[in-house]
Formats: sequence, C-alpha cells, structure tokens
Amino acid sequence: MIGNFIGVLFDGVAYGALLFLISVGLSVTMGMMNFINLAHGAFAMVGGYVCVTLLSKLGLPFLATLPLAFVAAAVVGLVLERTLYRQLYKATHLDQVLFSIGLTFMAVAGATFLFGPTQQPVHLPDWLRGQVHVLGLDLGAYRLFLIGVVVLITFGLYLLIERTRFGAQIRASVDNQTAAEGLGINVSRVFSLTFALGSGLAGLGGGLGIDVLGLDPSFPIKYMVYFLLVVAVGGAGSIKGPLIAAIILGVFDVAGKYYVPEVGAFVIYTLMVVLLILFPFGLVRRKA
Amino acid sequence: MNAYSSTAAGANTQAKTDAAVPGEDAQAVNRSTLRLPNDRWKALEIAFWLLPVASYFFFPDYLVLISQIMIIGLFAMSLDLILGYAGIVSLGHAAFFGLGAYTAGLLSVHGWGEPISGLFAAAIVAGIFGFIVSFLVIRGQDLARLMVTLGIGLMLFEAANKAAFITGGVDGLSGMVMSPLFGAFEFDLYGKTAFWYSFAVLFILFVVMRRVVNSPFGLSLRGIREGGRRMPAIGANVDRRLVAVFTLGAAVAGIAGALLAQTTQFVGLDVLGFPRSAELLIMLVLGGTGRLYGALVGAAVFMIAQDKISGFDPTYWQFYIGLLLVLIVLFARGGILGGLEKIVATFKRKEAP
Repeated sequence: MIGNFIGVLFDGVAYGALLFLISVGLSVTMGMMNFINLAHGAFAMVGGYVCVTLLSKLGLPFLATLPLAFVAAAVVGLVLERTLYRQLYKATHLDQVLFSIGLTFMAVAGATFLFGPTQQPVHLPDWLRGQVHVLGLDLGAYRLFLIGVVVLITFGLYLLIERTRFGAQIRASVDNQTAAEGLGINVSRVFSLTFALGSGLAGLGGGLGIDVLGLDPSFPIKYMVYFLLVVAVGGAGSIKGPLIAAIILGVFDVAGKYYVPEVGAFVIYTLMVVLLILFPFGLVRRKA
Repeated sequence: MNAYSSTAAGANTQAKTDAAVPGEDAQAVNRSTLRLPNDRWKALEIAFWLLPVASYFFFPDYLVLISQIMIIGLFAMSLDLILGYAGIVSLGHAAFFGLGAYTAGLLSVHGWGEPISGLFAAAIVAGIFGFIVSFLVIRGQDLARLMVTLGIGLMLFEAANKAAFITGGVDGLSGMVMSPLFGAFEFDLYGKTAFWYSFAVLFILFVVMRRVVNSPFGLSLRGIREGGRRMPAIGANVDRRLVAVFTLGAAVAGIAGALLAQTTQFVGLDVLGFPRSAELLIMLVLGGTGRLYGALVGAAVFMIAQDKISGFDPTYWQFYIGLLLVLIVLFARGGILGGLEKIVATFKRKEAP
C-alpha cells in the first residue's frame, strides 16, 4: 500500500517535471509580454516529431535526437516570434487568443498532413526501459531519467537567470519593460531569445514526453489546458511558481487516474478551478 | 484596456450624446435615464430578416442546414453578449449550450416531449449554472477568466462522458420523442417545422437581445469593456452587471442548445466539446463582435463554407480555419461587418465634402 503510494507519487512527480519543462517557457514569455499564447503545445509537438523522425528515418540514438528537438523548436519559435507574434504584443487578449488558436489549428492540420493521424511509436534504448530497484522500490527507469533531466535543466535555468547578464536582462524586462528599455536593455531582442529558449525547452519536453504523453496531431489541443494550467496556477513570469504548480498537478492527475479512474480527468479540472478561486493571480505572485 | 477599435467608435459617439446629460438640471437627468436610446429598426435590418424567410422558398433542399445556421447563430449571439459587449473572453461557452441540449434531450427521452416548455427548462438550467459560474469568472483577469471558462467546459464534458448511464456517453443521447409544436405541427422529416420553430425563437430572442444591448444597461456593458476600472467612478456596479449579462448569455446559449437537440432529436457529446467553443469564437470574430448581426453573418458564412469545403477533406478545412483566424487577427479586425462598415464609411466621407 505504502509502496504503491510512493510509486504513484513518483510517477506524478515525473509527469509534473515534464509539464514544467514544457510550460516554463510559456510562463516567462506570458509574464514578460503579457501575451496569452495557446499555441505553446505546438512547439512541444514540433520537438516530438523531430525526435520521432530522426529516430526512425536516420536511426540516430535517442539521446542525440533530444538536443536537435530543442534546436528545431527553438528555431521555429524564433522565426514565428520575429514575424508574427511580435505584431500582437499590443493587441487585446482576445486577438492573441484567436491568433494562437489559429496557429494551433494550422499546426494540427499540418502534422496530420505530414505524419498521419496516428500515434507515433518511440523506441527507447534498452537502458531506459524496464524497472530500476531503488531502496526496495521498483521505479520506472525512464521516469527516473526524466526527473534527472528536468532537475539538471531547472538547475541550469536557475543559473542562467540568477547568475548571468542575460538572466538579469530577462528579470529586468519581466519586472518593468519601460525601465529596462531606459537602462539600455534591448528588450525586444531579449524577448526573442527568451521566446526561442522557451520554445526550445517545450520542444525538448515534447521529445522527452513521447513515451509519457504520447504523440499525435491533436497533441497541442489535448495538453493545451495542462500547460496553461501550470502557468495560470503557478503565476506567470516566474519559474518557482510553475514548478510547484506542475508538480502538484502532475501528482494529483496521476493519483486521480490511479485511485479513482471512474471520474477520470475530473480531478484535475476540479483542482484547477479550486486553485484559481483561491489564488486568482497564481501561487507565486510576481513582485510588481 | 480593451480597445476593440472598430466598434469603439460607435460606442463612443453614443457615450458622447449621453455625456451631455450631467450638465443639465436634475429633471432632465431623470427624464434621460428613463428614456431608452433610439433603436428604430433600419430598412437594412428588415431586409436582413427577410433573407431566411426567402431562403425557405428558394432553397427548400437546404432547410436543415439553414435551421442549423439559425440555431448556431443564436448561440453565437449569446457569446457576443458576453464577449462583444461585456468583453469577457470565454473559451467554454459550449458548456451552457450542452447543458441546454442535455436538459431538453433528457426531458424528451423521459416522456416530456413538449418543445416550448423544454426550451424554458433549458434556459433555466443553463441560466442558473451561468449565474453560479459568473462569480468565478468575474474574479480574475483575462487569463484567469479564460482558464475558468475552459476548465468548466472541460469539466462538464468529462462529467457527461463519464455519466453514460444518464447521458449515453460517447454514443450520445438518442430516443428523443418530440410532441408536435403547439400540439399541431409535427416535426417532419424535411425540417419545415424545425425551420419555422428555429426562426421564430431566433427572432424573438434577437429582439430581446437587441433591446438589451441598446438599453442603458447595454451601454454600461460597453463602458465596462472599454475601461472596467473607470466604470465604478460613474456609479456603475461592474460586478453585478457582469453577473447579469453572463447569466443572460448562458440562458440564451442553453436555449440554442435545446433548439438543436429538439430539431435534430439527438444530443451528441460534441455539444459540450472544446472545438465547439473554439469554432463559436471563430464564427463570432469572422462576422464581427459587438453588433449581434456579426454573430449571425459569421455563423452563416462559417457553416456554409464548412458544408461546402469540409466535404472534400476535413484536415484541410481545419488548416484553412486556422489560417483564416490568423489573417483576421492580423489584417481584418472587426470581421466581415467591420470591414463593410469601413467601406461604407470611406464612401460616405468621399460624398460628404
């Protein structure tokens, strides 16, 4: 029973870590430009399809495909930000929502056209399959790997944002755009790079998540609410908030599906509405 | 805040005429608050409403499609009240539509097949639910509102999916038996009764909504949309107005859902789905927000295009819809009616000097 519970907790944390990896870019860009981007899942999908294609067509090893998924999604993000997103920062939230729904629909249709409507299989290397014994518990090797990767990336992000000049520029731009511009920070360039980084991380998450989340053309719509949820519950513009929110959501979602499968996704939506009522501005509120 | 540029112009001119009031004496103020703004029907509007009547005689083979357009048009108008007038972005409006559809459907399956009372029941159920939800919606800002409406829509979808013993789950609710309308008009296979029934309900509710949006209440909604923080300064209770309009929008959406259920005598799980909410938003934006007619034009254009195009390939259809949305947002804010208004305005300016 206890072992069971720990197993669910572990799976939930792994799931939450993945959600965090995909959503963290959305949180920073939303906090910085106040742009409601529903198409974020599409970048994750790009990463996922890059991974699958490289694995099956070119036969690259799984670990080598992940950085390429990151790069591909980051480039797509950068191009779209420079050409389209840029024009809508001052637009109303309704316009942003419509625009990003439009992008999502196009991505879904495009993926169906290129890869077909079916689920994509992923062949993990042997060392990532099966179970690992840790302290008398059977833990999924892949989930352990997932948590490890996300811990590393989170640590790297922390260093990037807290310890580097670029990180300071990001923080300044999130806190007060006008003042940051006045101090000579090229906010528009900072934002482009942040957007690319966020898209890249989403792409990496998409590649890593094929085994957990699955990959088919409806991916951006199916998980859209989860990514938005992480940001809305966690609070846009921070990293800590989405991390906490993603872990909570991951654990509750897995636990809900394991213990009360008959109510299904109901647990997560109820949790979301309750959290949003309790914290209408997110768990971690950005200092104004 | 929410500068819906094209419609703002219209609202502003009306606001200006009202703004002259405070300078006059108390009696004049009283009279002007009692007087309703001028909302005489224009010739163009009357012509617009003759279109569906004419289409009944010219396109007898398309009665089912036209009825559906009118029903979805009503649904889009209910969103226009909330989004176009009050400025609340909702991604879960299908929740109320579905609630109405299931209310009417379940009543009829369990032996209550009288259509008009079914509509009222649907309006009451959806309205009460909308009233409760509205308190959650008005709390947050745009992102929180979006999430709450999306979450509630998904919750209802999931609930209907899991409660298959009541709703039929993914198979849908079948076995609806409708009594004849007014005890005299049977719902026939060609959809003639359904056509006139939908048309009548749409028209009556349109007249009511038109009255509402042209009333001082409707004007205050536009004020909230344009600058919610300033409205309390002129003594408007923003929250109470938003609750009222959200409840009204939900009730009308419920009626639209009930109409669809009654005229097709089937309720599928898709009435609650996210795609329905998203498509509704697309129709409304395509036609133009904040003018009621935009919802009807948008629904008509969208559904006729869907009927023609999605025949060859549903995937391409979704791609074009996405592309259309991006193009509307980038180049054609205001939609079809907004664009027409701009063209008319340019012509008028050329004539004037």
